[in-house]
Amino acid sequence: MRQFKTRDVIRKTKPALIALWFSLLFLPLKGVKSSLLLFVLLSILLFFFKFFLRHGTSLQERICVLRERIGKKRIPVSIPLIARYLAIVGLLCLPFFAENYLLDVVILAGIYAILALGLNVVVGFTGLLNLGYVAFYAIGAYAYALLNVKCGLGFWQALPICIGLTTLSGFILAVPALRLKGDYLAIVTLGFGEIVRLILNNWDSLTNGPNGISGISAPSIFGSSLEALNRYYYLVFLSLVLTYSVVKRVRFSKIGRAWIAIREDEICASTMGINTTRYKLYAFAFGSLWAGIAGPLFAAKMRFVSPESFTFMESVLILCMVILGGQGSLTGVVLGAFVLVILPEVLRGVQSYRMLVLSIGLIAMMIFRPQGLLGGIGRERMREVGEKQ
Amino acid sequence: MYLLEVRGLTKHFGGIKAIEDASFKIKEGSIVSIIGPNGAGKTTLFNCLTGITRMTRGVAYFSGRTISGLPPYDIVRLGIARTFQNIRLFREMTVLDNILVSQHLKIKAGFIDAVMRGRGFLSEERTAREKALEYLDFVGLREQAPVPSLSLSYGDQRRLEIARALATDPALLLLDEPTAGMNPQETSETMKIILRLQKMGKTIVLIEHDMKVVMGISETVIVFDHGVKIAEGSPEVIKNEPMVIKAYLGR
Repeated sequence: MRQFKTRDVIRKTKPALIALWFSLLFLPLKGVKSSLLLFVLLSILLFFFKFFLRHGTSLQERICVLRERIGKKRIPVSIPLIARYLAIVGLLCLPFFAENYLLDVVILAGIYAILALGLNVVVGFTGLLNLGYVAFYAIGAYAYALLNVKCGLGFWQALPICIGLTTLSGFILAVPALRLKGDYLAIVTLGFGEIVRLILNNWDSLTNGPNGISGISAPSIFGSSLEALNRYYYLVFLSLVLTYSVVKRVRFSKIGRAWIAIREDEICASTMGINTTRYKLYAFAFGSLWAGIAGPLFAAKMRFVSPESFTFMESVLILCMVILGGQGSLTGVVLGAFVLVILPEVLRGVQSYRMLVLSIGLIAMMIFRPQGLLGGIGRERMREVGEKQ
Repeated sequence: MYLLEVRGLTKHFGGIKAIEDASFKIKEGSIVSIIGPNGAGKTTLFNCLTGITRMTRGVAYFSGRTISGLPPYDIVRLGIARTFQNIRLFREMTVLDNILVSQHLKIKAGFIDAVMRGRGFLSEERTAREKALEYLDFVGLREQAPVPSLSLSYGDQRRLEIARALATDPALLLLDEPTAGMNPQETSETMKIILRLQKMGKTIVLIEHDMKVVMGISETVIVFDHGVKIAEGSPEVIKNEPMVIKAYLGR
């Protein structure tokens, strides 16, 4: 009986405990004052987060009932929708007041978000562990770099070719990989990532080896260059929106349902009429397609590519974004990408401790919310109820 | 006349003879029970018929076409659906989505349609949704449509499995222990569902241990023991068959 009570107390004070833990971590780094501030902010934030998670569904249902009563189909009153619009408006206005440093970071975060959305198709939807996703990113980036520098193609002419190439390489990796499961699949994809990097590193005559390719031109539209950060920002923003909406639409169709079914129970999925091999192939190809957009965006922004940008650690980083955000959740994955790109920048103040803080944060996350920031069934369910309208 | 005909079906797992030379025919529109002690090869038989495992020897004809060697998704297309002994739902999907998945073959939309969200796509999705709700109605789970399937009670999970199999629009339903773990009331409800399925024109083969169910609804009973078919006949005949009493029913 007594034990039960303590557990209850812990459950109720969990947000405060997490906040306390984080602020204690900050104590030696930032002093008492800022730790205290962090504690207050975090506990409020976590409390609302928890409250929303618990009551979000019933709130949403109530709103749906309200909508039915009024008899109109679409009234934008739902809370997540408002939050989403606010976020979009905020992001659209960002270049008007942000300095270049911040824009730079957000652009990078956007590119990573596209990658994370792509990897999410393979890992989050279909449940196939892919540790070599960076290979597709590298293929996309190098394809644009070479087409631009050696063939003189512009960004928009090269883009379809890059997308085609990464999709094709997704197919090529999938064919041998689909005979494998779980850990073995992970190892094969890891090997694929390394092979691509080593080829780029050693094929001197084509890729210029470890020196990389420089002098890549920035994209332009109607003759005006998008080189300036605030213009490039919008290009990345639009690409991210495109990626998000296309992936979302495919997710909520027969194809997306088939992927999730394969993740949940492959044998059962096949007895429901899903050609599992073919759909896993689709997942690989469709997932790597987005690297064909993110790669050229990265190459055109940096004006330079080298194999150094496409190491195994990049794959891990993108995988972390997917897992942190919540496997299978689209908004979550974008959020995960932004958190993992922006947080290290924010933590620059604590210098050498930042990787420590970040990794401890990740560990804590996995303990307290193993399903990721926005993952889990609750979200799926909410979405389902919302969609019925 | 005969919907399913199995001839000389044999399945060996290495040295283990799970099924040995089984032959039987199943009449269209009938309810057939397969009984036998644990390890008699009943579930293996289902696995062979649905293409999950490949049979070592023998052939199976389904409405005149051979199905041996086909992959599971092609067998479903021909019209055989099944449920599983150890419930295999798509646990993290909602109840409704579980049914939507099994309508996979009926939805024609591809990638482009899914992205464009044209009128065709939307109406197809709407039809699938409405159909799914009908199937849920059939087993009495309509209210649970937006709930994740793992949060259903045990009996409801079994019924969802039946609805999901039904949503593939099969002519033949293979039910693997549909009443296992159910209380008497749930069992009798499930029996009613099975009888209603028969009225809809479905042919049903079930593996069952509950003799009340077996004797109550089946027209033919097939008995397996150690991978061998030892008897086949109407429930009355089977009840008094000495071999069956010795191997399975007991006194």
